[in-house]
This record gives sequence, C-alpha cells and structure tokens, in this order.
Amino acid sequence: MIDKPDPLLGMHPQALSLWQRRAEIISSNLANADTPGFLARDVDFRKALTAATGALDGNQLPMAATESGHIGGNPAYAMADADKLAYRAATQPSMDGNTVDTQIEQAQFAGNAIHYQASLSFITAQIKMMRTAITGGSS
Amino acid sequence: MSLLKIFDVAGSGMAAQSARLNTTASNMANADSVANSEAGAYRAKQPMFSSVQAMVNGQMENEGVRAMGITESQAPVQARYEPSNPMADADGNVWQSNVNPVDELVNMISASRSYQNNVEVMNSARQLMQKTLDLGK
Repeated sequence: MIDKPDPLLGMHPQALSLWQRRAEIISSNLANADTPGFLARDVDFRKALTAATGALDGNQLPMAATESGHIGGNPAYAMADADKLAYRAATQPSMDGNTVDTQIEQAQFAGNAIHYQASLSFITAQIKMMRTAITGGSS
Repeated sequence: MSLLKIFDVAGSGMAAQSARLNTTASNMANADSVANSEAGAYRAKQPMFSSVQAMVNGQMENEGVRAMGITESQAPVQARYEPSNPMADADGNVWQSNVNPVDELVNMISASRSYQNNVEVMNSARQLMQKTLDLGK
C-alpha cells in the first residue's frame, strides 16, 4: 500500500484503499444482517482520508502543544482516532438489538462502489496522461 | 485489508444463511411428524448467528458471521388422541411437532433475501476487482 500522497497519482491511491476498507466493513454489516445484537459500523471517511493523506482538514488548525502528550497536539493521536470505526445510528431499532438496516447498507455499498470506480478512473486518467507525455501522443 | 476479504465475509454470510435455510427445510419437512413420547417429539430448530470478531490494529473488527449452533424451540408440543396410529403411546396419544409453518415460511423468505444480498455484495466486489485489474488500460 502506498502510504504517502504520490506526486503523480495524488491522494487517489489512499482514497482507493479507504473505499476498499469501507466496502469490507459494509459487507460485514450485510453478512450480519440477522445476527442478534450486532451493531452496524462504518468509517468516518473525511477523518480517515485526512489522516491517510496527512493533509489538514480545511476547517481546523493544529492545536499548539507544549508537551508531546497533549491531546490534539500529537498528530499520532488524531491518526489513531481517525482509524477507529464508528457505529451507525439505528433508524429502526429491532427487538434483537441488531442495528443493521439492509436497505441503508445496500445503498451505502452501491455508493461506495461508485466512489471506488471514480477513484480508479482518476488514477487511469493520470496514467494515460503520463503515457501521452512519455510517447508524445504517438501510441 | 483487501477486496479479497469481502469474499470471505460474504461467503460466511451465505454459509450462515444456507444453514438457516437448511433448518427451515428440516422444520417444514417435519411439520407433521409425530412421536410416541413428549420428549421424542420434533421441535423446531433454529441456528444461532454470531459475528466473528478479530483484533486488527488494536481494535475489534468483524470478519463475517457464523452459525454458532442449533437451538430448539421451547414452544409446548401438543398431544393428539389417535389410538389407531402405530406410533400411539399407552394412552393412545401421539405427540406432534411444535413447528409453526407460518414462522418457517417467514424465516425462509428472510434467509433467501439475506443470501441474495450476500451474493450481490460478492458480485459487486468481483466487478470492482476486475476494474482494478484493468487499471491503466
């Protein structure tokens, strides 16, 4: 896995791996649609991508810290926090404590697949551009 | 973490749902079974689902589902007076199963829908993998 933003492909490889992770989590939610007491989970995509690309969120400034242990002062803490999965708020609570709403999960999975393909086409476009630059458009 | 793991997850869901379909089929087939004692009467069976958890990077993550075991329905079994039945006990009673065919039908529909969901997830993952393999073409 590529762990730093690439000058050629930008943040798309990181985004791709996050979409992949999210697809996995949603597939797990769907597999557990009938498991009693199962709580549906999801990724906070914005947080995770911000942490993965090392870019700061436009809305927040880093907090000044005089000690390495200060909360919010250490980017490693923010990173660890972003990696944590969140629980989905139940729309229709069921008697067995399961919070998976199959329709919502299906919609999320489909949306996730589209996003994944979008990231793929961005990468493909970059590769094509580089190929044109290398061959001078003669290939 | 990879798309390949989705196949495992969706596969575990399909296996669990097919276990559920299996017990439903068994229950439906035995809906009219009789026995010669209360203890011997057929009781409706249900698989117990449980999510498979694993520690990944210091946090619990789900790796699918599995059928932990089979539970039997606690609903009372009914005796039917039928002295001519070869299975009848000393009092002329046969013991019927406690299968509720309506419950079983609902279970069957729910299980097959969930199974289809998992198949769809697998198909989508397969398509995404195919597109990833074609990257740059």
